[in-house]
Amino acid sequence: MADMSVAHTAGASKLGRFIIYGLLALVCLYYLMPLFVMLSTSLKSLDEIRAGNLLSLPGEFRTDAWVKAWDSACTGVQCGGLKGFFWNSVSFVVPAVVISTMIGAFNGYALTMYRFRGSDLVFGMLMIGCFIPFQVVLLPMAQTLGALGIANSTLGLVFVHVVYGAAFTTLFFRNYYVTIPDELVKAAKIDGAGFLRIFFSIILPLSVPIIVVSVIWQFTQVWNDFLFGVVFSSGDRQPITVALNNLVNTSTGVKEYNVDMAAAIIAALPTLLVYIVAGKYFVRGLTAGAVKG
Amino acid sequence: MGALSIRNVRKSYHGNEILKGINLEIDKGEFLILVGPSGCGKSTLLSMIAGLDSVTSGEIRIGDRVVNDLSPKDRDIAMVFQSYALYPNMTVRENISFGLQIRKVPAAEQARIVERVANTLQIGHLLDRKPSQLSGGQRQRVAMGRAISREPSLFLFDEPLSNLDAKLRVEMRTEIKLLHQRMGTSIVYVTHDQIEAMTLGDKIAVMKAGEVQQFGTPQEIYDNPANLFVAGFMGSPSMNFIPAKVEAVGGGYGVKLESGQRTHVFPVPGGDGKLKAWEGREVLFGIRPEQITHKSESRLGLPQFQTAEMPIRLTEPTGPDTMVLVPINGKDVVCRVHPAHAGQPGESMELMFDLSKSVFFDPASEQRIA
Repeated sequence: MADMSVAHTAGASKLGRFIIYGLLALVCLYYLMPLFVMLSTSLKSLDEIRAGNLLSLPGEFRTDAWVKAWDSACTGVQCGGLKGFFWNSVSFVVPAVVISTMIGAFNGYALTMYRFRGSDLVFGMLMIGCFIPFQVVLLPMAQTLGALGIANSTLGLVFVHVVYGAAFTTLFFRNYYVTIPDELVKAAKIDGAGFLRIFFSIILPLSVPIIVVSVIWQFTQVWNDFLFGVVFSSGDRQPITVALNNLVNTSTGVKEYNVDMAAAIIAALPTLLVYIVAGKYFVRGLTAGAVKG
Repeated sequence: MGALSIRNVRKSYHGNEILKGINLEIDKGEFLILVGPSGCGKSTLLSMIAGLDSVTSGEIRIGDRVVNDLSPKDRDIAMVFQSYALYPNMTVRENISFGLQIRKVPAAEQARIVERVANTLQIGHLLDRKPSQLSGGQRQRVAMGRAISREPSLFLFDEPLSNLDAKLRVEMRTEIKLLHQRMGTSIVYVTHDQIEAMTLGDKIAVMKAGEVQQFGTPQEIYDNPANLFVAGFMGSPSMNFIPAKVEAVGGGYGVKLESGQRTHVFPVPGGDGKLKAWEGREVLFGIRPEQITHKSESRLGLPQFQTAEMPIRLTEPTGPDTMVLVPINGKDVVCRVHPAHAGQPGESMELMFDLSKSVFFDPASEQRIA
């Protein structure tokens, strides 16, 4: 009797496993299919694409669509490919991510370890920044950039993204720092360390997991942003997302799906890489608040 | 000249008075214990001495300087925290030398100090480890090492042993006392554990609800508690408080005790003056468990000893002593009896009361009468 019931539950759990993995495989397939189609299309020749079999593997692997997307595809009137715009994006994304992460760390530190009168109110107001849609701030931001004399510049885009990102990064760091015991700061004060010394010698070295979270989040947000890019930059200073849009919408008679697909993958590659390299820290860092530091 | 003097210090948060006028004074080299139940303000007071909390009014002096407005680093103090607060990103060596580094002590001197501290606390083999690789007791030692490295004029300890297991706690308690004897630096030590308070302190301040209930040597506080709270807080098992009527007996005054079917009136030595006013009224008669023992022939007839036969409700052997519970005036009273002389529950036994150290409290005000 007992043996039978054990066998029964073992069988049931095997079946359960089978169902779970089966479902996971289906979901994987569903999400990977577009990537597969993009990748295979980008490697096909236009003739093969016109044959119409979306899911078939490329008959011969051709990389000329990639070369064209990178080097010579037309985005509007210029035909220099994405390469210039790729470096445009890198040139404002990197400083925007670094600066907004640093500001978030510093804000979080001041808001948790040096609570001042009204610090909760300041934090609350910063949080509202997380809920303001991009579109709402377009006009006032344009006026501000104009007044600062940095409209239509890389610096202007960095500024916009730093201001917008600071609310999120502050939230990340503040929630991480409340898990760090404040006796640590007290001990350092008694050891004679000041505000900055405590931050750089003690708090920052403990912040690696949340720095990774902040960098991934900000990188994804800023790299993928289209609206600020299209509004606050122009001409050859536009980010890659805007250039990709232009590339896809510029047609000279025939629609080059393979070039479009290659360009889209190029535009998405950096965020993909960041997730693959640092993804495990992302989950760990996001749940760090739940575990005692 | 005092090492630390606290004069009429008050602290309020948002109109709530946390400390209501604290006055304490210790001499150089003394070990001061702040003890009390949680929420009594002892940790707040320590934070104020450290400079981590501001003083609402009053004056704190360390040595001959008023430190009210000095920052922690200028107070010549070091502190050991309950959570040890070791810097997790630094090795033990870096933890100990961090404060020295900030004070710009030359590197060679730093190395010498770290070595001396490591020898004192026997943590030489741990110097290159991170705090996460240390056991609780080792972390405790490192935290003390960090404190003694700067040779401050005052050490502050905030419940340093409460995160350790019972056995280690007793070991570290001994070490702290030895360390104090060797270094002779003044210490302020916060604890809620009355045994730690008794064993470590030169002076104890028993606190409750933001006030010092009593300030004195451990023996004074144990033998002569100022009020019911202090009497009940210090000592384990706790002092027995028996509601009892005061009656005139043999030219003096005594307390009337009923146990089983018998009634006894115990004359209180030297109690005639103060107890006189309470004749016919009820007081709380306080007597510690060790003052009620088995009958010893050699003490019979001495005036401060009284014997009575009482029924046993329960016995609790602890090894060296057996706690015997007897009912007196409707309360269970704990007596500390030698195991060989303890009776069994349901039997009755002859107990000997030592009244020389008995104390009496006003049941309403809870203040000491005699």
